[in-house]
Amino acid sequence: MVKRLMFEKPLGMRDTLPFFYNQKSKARRQLSEAILSYGYSFMDTPLMEYHDTVGKVSATLDQQLFKLLDQQGHTLVLRPDMTAPIARVAASQLKNGEFPLRLAYDGPVFRAQQAEGGKPAQFEQVGTELIGDHSSYGDAEVIALLVDSLKQTGLDNFVITVGHIGYVKAFFSDLLGDDEETMETLLHYLYRKNYVGFRECVKSLSISGDKKQALLELLSLRGGEEIFEASRSLARNQSCMQAVNELKQLYRLLKVNGVEDYIQFDLNLISHMEYYTGILFEGYAPNLGALLCNGGRYDTLLPSFELNASATGFAVHLERLVEALNDFEDQDERIGIIVDDDSYAKGKRKADEYRKEGRAVLLQHVDQIPDLPAFYSQLANTIDFTQVGGGQDE
Amino acid sequence: MNKRLTIAMPKGRIYEEAAELMKRAGYDLGADLEESRKLILEFPEQNIRVMMAKPMDVVTYVEYGAADLGIAGKDVLLEQDRDVYEVLDLKISPCYVAVAGVPDQPLSRIAPKIATKYPKVASDYFREQGEQIEIIPLNGSIELAPLIGLADRIVDIVSTGRTLKENGLVEYEKIADITSRLIVNPVSYRLKNEEIEHMVTNLSDVMEGIK
Repeated sequence: MVKRLMFEKPLGMRDTLPFFYNQKSKARRQLSEAILSYGYSFMDTPLMEYHDTVGKVSATLDQQLFKLLDQQGHTLVLRPDMTAPIARVAASQLKNGEFPLRLAYDGPVFRAQQAEGGKPAQFEQVGTELIGDHSSYGDAEVIALLVDSLKQTGLDNFVITVGHIGYVKAFFSDLLGDDEETMETLLHYLYRKNYVGFRECVKSLSISGDKKQALLELLSLRGGEEIFEASRSLARNQSCMQAVNELKQLYRLLKVNGVEDYIQFDLNLISHMEYYTGILFEGYAPNLGALLCNGGRYDTLLPSFELNASATGFAVHLERLVEALNDFEDQDERIGIIVDDDSYAKGKRKADEYRKEGRAVLLQHVDQIPDLPAFYSQLANTIDFTQVGGGQDE
Repeated sequence: MNKRLTIAMPKGRIYEEAAELMKRAGYDLGADLEESRKLILEFPEQNIRVMMAKPMDVVTYVEYGAADLGIAGKDVLLEQDRDVYEVLDLKISPCYVAVAGVPDQPLSRIAPKIATKYPKVASDYFREQGEQIEIIPLNGSIELAPLIGLADRIVDIVSTGRTLKENGLVEYEKIADITSRLIVNPVSYRLKNEEIEHMVTNLSDVMEGIK
């Protein structure tokens, strides 16, 4: 075995250096302020959960879970997302609380990823869950809150793409009857973003030309509100109509919330093969190759914890948000006070004065500074209380 | 329509066909692009930027968003599990992936070895067949492997079958048909939606013989 170099860390793990930490805290604070202003309450859950419970029902693929054994031999997982743990709490300790529950979280989640750059195995999510509200008002609130919180951080040129898994499934069953295998195959092609495979599969089906044409037209149901008319004319059964009405209603409410400029629709959007049950969405920002945030309605998760409730929520990938903001030029506001043996007491008094005013002050003995000019240049303001410095007050 | 698109083009064999297709779709990349040693070329009048990449790497550039779109072989898409939109079959450089080997030679009974540039495609295929095999990854001249006894079979791209024939190898099974595909980065697909849709429509019109 190759001897490890001392600086090495496990695959996919990153250190957060001060400049990045500061921006991350700032973005986290701004997101949290927006979330709190919508009346959501923050909570936390353990990093480790049982594989049998949270591990099994989470939206993360089993091969992406970090697993370990506890002393009794139970398989544990490092939480791969916050939604499943919060569902566990909502269905147990909070089940007698005031519904709809408005819960929020921020914390690290873990996913074993490929051995490749740019896909960290630990990252921080900030998100919300609205539990027990199955209306379009709930969907609209979550999306509006997502837009508002992103705007709060100063991000502006992002896009939220909204889809409806209920529409796709109803549409398929209308055209394919009970051929579940084909439906599954077609859904999988959409999930894998493979439109070539989708088209080939449709062409190979033994159904009427009209039906094939309709299936192919599903791929063009992307854009603004104009797609509602198109999807209505393609949709024939009751469930399709209901899904289209939900989308229309959602769009109307998003307009009331004033966030419609950030919204696109795409009825081919399948973020996950099983997890979501209605409206779902993904958010994108420039200069990020990957998703910034995502979410949607998941109505089968809470029942797996024996609570019959509908839920919806979003999660923002905090590190990616900081990358998208790309604003690391923050002014260093710290004051430095340089002292020697004689001026230490005086320096300490001065430092406390500033600290009371809420300033960050570092008090440093002059003998321990290897490079005085460099020390000065890193700080906003430096006060030298030493004899050499003349004991000057600023 | 003002956002510039970055396109990753495959260097080498596929380039000429791909460039011809782009030209017919209204994107003239010039004749001597391939001879030039430049890796990035700007076409301001068409508002595009072209980067020349190794065919195997096009998918990587697109997945990470270094390029908005790319032209990549289905073989690479099958081999590398990458998060990109596969929007159009460009039907260029058709070939297929096949299993080949020395004629009339059964698989080893101890541990059949398969030499290939496509470890994932090969192991997926043999797993589906219920065969337990071992992979020997190679980077080129795969045909050598069965000839000198390094492997029982190879899994490789076949276009004319000439290389196999000249080396006395035969094709056992065909695994999948391969053509080049137009792929799109998932974020660009949303944020540069109009520009990309425009290019896809132009290319798709060429494919359907409208242009």
